[in-house]
Amino acid sequence: MSEVTITIDGQEVTVPAGTTVLQAARMAGIEIPTLCHDPELTSPGACRLCVVEIEGMRNLPASCVTTAGDGMVVNTISPDVMDARKTVIELLLANHPEDCLTCERTGQCRLQEYAYHYGVRGDVFHGDRTEFPIDDSNPFIVRDLNKCIRCGKCVRVCDEVQGRSIYSFAYRGFDSIPATAMDESLAESECVFCGSCVSVCPTGALTEKMMHGVGRSWELEKIKTTCPYCGVGCNFDLNVKDGKVVGVTSNAESEVNGRALCVKGRFGYNFIDHPDRLTKPLIKKDGEFQEATWEEAINLVAEKFTQIKQEHGGDALALFSSARCTNEENYLANKFCRAVLGTNNIDHCARL
Amino acid sequence: MDNLMVACCSKCNHSLSNPCKDYILCRTEGPICHDSKECKEKRETFIGKVDLAEDKPHRRVLICAGTGCISSGSKDVHSEMLAAVENAGIEDCEVTITGCHGFCEQGPIVIIEPEGIFYGGVSADDVEEIVEKQLKDGEIVERLLFTEPNSGEKDKYYRDIMFYKKQERTVLKNCGHINPEKIEEYIIAGGYRGLLRTLCDFKALEVIEQVKTSGLRGRGGAGFPTGLKWQFTAQAEGDQKYVVCNADEGDPGAFMDRSVLEGNPHAVIEGMLIAGYAVGASEGYVYVRAEYPLAIKRLQKAITQAEQFGILGDNILDSGFSFRLKIKAGAGAFVCGEETALLNSIEGERGMPRVRPPFPANKGLWQKPTLLNNVETYANVPIIMEKGGEWYASRGTEKSKGTKVFALTGKVNNTGLAEVPMGISMREIIFDIGGGINNGKKFKAVQIGGPSGGCLPEDKLDLPVDYDSLISAGAMMGSGGLVVMDETTCMVDLARFFLTFTQNESCGKCTPCREGTKRMLEILTRITEGEGQEGDIETLERMAKSVKNTSLCGLGQTAPNPILSTLRYFRDEYEAHIKKKWCPAGVCTALTTFKIDPEKCTGCRRCAKNCPVEAIKGEVKGIHEIDPEICTKCGTCMEKCKFEAVYKG
Ligand SMILES: Cc1cc2nc3c(=O)[nH]c(=O)nc-3n(C[C@H](O)[C@H](O)[C@H](O)COP(=O)(O)O)c2cc1C
Ligand code: SF4
Ligand code: SF4
Repeated sequence: MSEVTITIDGQEVTVPAGTTVLQAARMAGIEIPTLCHDPELTSPGACRLCVVEIEGMRNLPASCVTTAGDGMVVNTISPDVMDARKTVIELLLANHPEDCLTCERTGQCRLQEYAYHYGVRGDVFHGDRTEFPIDDSNPFIVRDLNKCIRCGKCVRVCDEVQGRSIYSFAYRGFDSIPATAMDESLAESECVFCGSCVSVCPTGALTEKMMHGVGRSWELEKIKTTCPYCGVGCNFDLNVKDGKVVGVTSNAESEVNGRALCVKGRFGYNFIDHPDRLTKPLIKKDGEFQEATWEEAINLVAEKFTQIKQEHGGDALALFSSARCTNEENYLANKFCRAVLGTNNIDHCARL
Repeated sequence: MDNLMVACCSKCNHSLSNPCKDYILCRTEGPICHDSKECKEKRETFIGKVDLAEDKPHRRVLICAGTGCISSGSKDVHSEMLAAVENAGIEDCEVTITGCHGFCEQGPIVIIEPEGIFYGGVSADDVEEIVEKQLKDGEIVERLLFTEPNSGEKDKYYRDIMFYKKQERTVLKNCGHINPEKIEEYIIAGGYRGLLRTLCDFKALEVIEQVKTSGLRGRGGAGFPTGLKWQFTAQAEGDQKYVVCNADEGDPGAFMDRSVLEGNPHAVIEGMLIAGYAVGASEGYVYVRAEYPLAIKRLQKAITQAEQFGILGDNILDSGFSFRLKIKAGAGAFVCGEETALLNSIEGERGMPRVRPPFPANKGLWQKPTLLNNVETYANVPIIMEKGGEWYASRGTEKSKGTKVFALTGKVNNTGLAEVPMGISMREIIFDIGGGINNGKKFKAVQIGGPSGGCLPEDKLDLPVDYDSLISAGAMMGSGGLVVMDETTCMVDLARFFLTFTQNESCGKCTPCREGTKRMLEILTRITEGEGQEGDIETLERMAKSVKNTSLCGLGQTAPNPILSTLRYFRDEYEAHIKKKWCPAGVCTALTTFKIDPEKCTGCRRCAKNCPVEAIKGEVKGIHEIDPEICTKCGTCMEKCKFEAVYKG
């Protein structure tokens, strides 16, 4: 593949042809702030925070959508660029609730981070602000469009990754928002609550409802694990506080699933500490379930299987396997059924 | 024969299934396919009824049926005229509709040909007089003639009217002279000859060379060299290419594209056909805003007729070239005029601009190479191909060739569409064509290029009107809107007006435009409401620069222009608003006080009697005074005073 060499802030960088200026800068260790850019999604070039100065180019092009050309001379820290970045942040803050004290995203919010970094306060403009009711219609996602910066990541992740296309921009200009069809609540929409949009939203506009108030981001320990729900093997981070799981968030490093998860994996974790959860085997004695050890339970099952097989033959037994098992576990189930139980009566819920 | 385009007799072998390159000439100068004196005569008679000669008795009564004249009642004039001419038993006289003359304020307009007599403001009640005097006796109906605003003289003929004298009508030539709903009238007027020459004499690349030689630049706003754009599209790789016409015309007050589509739709079709041939496209779209129902109807009719006679479709005129044209009606958002938003809209997506590059020439409609030009740009193409690129390049200035249509409005005597050669001075447009400022007021500025453009003050009036001079003066050609302002216009209020428009029309995709136009508008509104603060001008300048430099598309990049140009030429007005809390033009209500001049006041009490809030005190025959605490600044007193004693201070 051919390569191009460009100069960024005086530093020469050689990158494969087709690389964007933003990628090239990041490869050279030069940080350019972004809000709407996401390496896994298409780039709309919308937030304009990543603008840079390129010799010979009119205006300030957005580096996320400008392809590096051989011999290009880029300046990411010129006074004009700094002014432009600050202006973008000022403008976003001018229509953003000053709610960092209670906002769920505090500490993880990109807008907050850049405002801090560039020293921009929210008091430059005192004008209209958009006012939207908070969409609290469902058990999983809180949608507070007052905090939305119109980066469109939710629109794109739903469309490009999840394939549901729940959101699309609606209304114009200052009133534009990422809306559901007919601007209904999420509950009324066709949303499947996979929460992908929550995982990409850079601000507190989309948050996990169950994580509200359970702990600040810096108090939470993130432990990468595999989802127990099915055999796909998605990974994510359990968010743990004081030894208790208080939430699940995507882990972009997950090989199998990236940031994508389903509603169960992302939001179905409260079984962990649920009082109804069985943590010990139960054996029914005299019409009542009574706690037993694993050994007792397994022995009882083995005993009954053996007895049935001896009295009625292996074909009196059948095994029904589950998609929650991994491939390896299903293989073992198959082996166990045919070689141990001695029957071909085996099926799987995925065929239902 | 009631249609020139159909076969004259059974010997004519041209048909849709048997196309031939001689078709057009056969119909106008022929027959060529067979020899028949009788057929030739039939054709000549038909043509003679449209293409009038002074020495023939035949007459045409042309009734304007552009949107402007229709809304002032020309449909009634037309039906009345048809009936009256028939009742009067006048033969050799055809009553027909035409497209727009561009002088809509004079509508409904009726033209009598071959003399070229111009009647304005004609109502159905005037029809009988026109028929009795003009058509029967050849006597002119004086009272319907146009009166020059400056000299007060009446013009008998179209050609004498100052509004038209300095115009050079090329694109608009047919508008107002042919019936746009009849393809044969376009052909009789010389139409489709450019296409014919293209298909017979030129290879695709040679067409592009001609367009490059012509120096034609895009009429949609940016003035990009048209030939170069065609070349890029021709060179782009793609199994399918498209030609798209931008007829979105979102500029408030501009209506030249609408007039061309309504009055001369075949010129656009012909231009697009030539473009399709040049770039290798077989399909085209015309994107017209749905608020232009008449333009859509006429264009659809034109497309259907062109298809019917083998000018659109497969193997056009036996050239092997095939081309189809569709209309897409847009919902009328200013941003949909931006080329990539327009393409999204055709595709059924939200009209939001795409990132460029890739440019439409490489990845346009459905990611295929797409040529996109403006209505007026396409309408210039046929004549280039007919007369040659060099002929075209002989008019205009070094870098801006040909003519440009402007929509002249505001405080001038004559408003309407003016097609002028590039390089003409602004003064000539405003004072000769426009007849100067109305009500004897003083010229203050002219806004050129609509909400994306800028204003030019008095000392720029002699600037040649061409793409580059305008840019260097802080304005731009844009689509050709010209709004003339007099001393009663407040320039801060003007900037506020345009920002209100761009802020409303921003698509909301990118931060600087979505949020920045809003904040700039808020500051401007504050200033006009008397709440301006020290530092506002600097904030405006800083914001304007950022929004211009960082917005994604042309809408945001040009939205600050009205602010920047008014600040450049009228900074003192901003300062007066902010520091002195005074609006020099007396427009911003919060910053004006109504006063009574004791020298002029006669004590008639008219003002006091009419003041709705009883803010005026004074005895009969005594000097009156307005109490500023009570006054709501409604302006009634000023309107009512017969002695011009009330003034804004
Ligand atoms: C906000 C915006 C609105 C525009 N509106 C129009 C329009 O109404 N008609 C038009 O022809 N071009 C319009 N343009 C310019 C087009 O993007 C494009 O440059 C033009 O149609 C190209 O044709 P041309 O080269 O023939 O001028 C607009 C551009 C912007 C940024
Ligand atoms: S909700 Fe979040 S992800 Fe969606 S556009 Fe707004 S800020 Fe971006
Ligand atoms: S500049 Fe304005 S109209 Fe253009 S993309 Fe940005 S928000 Fe939309």
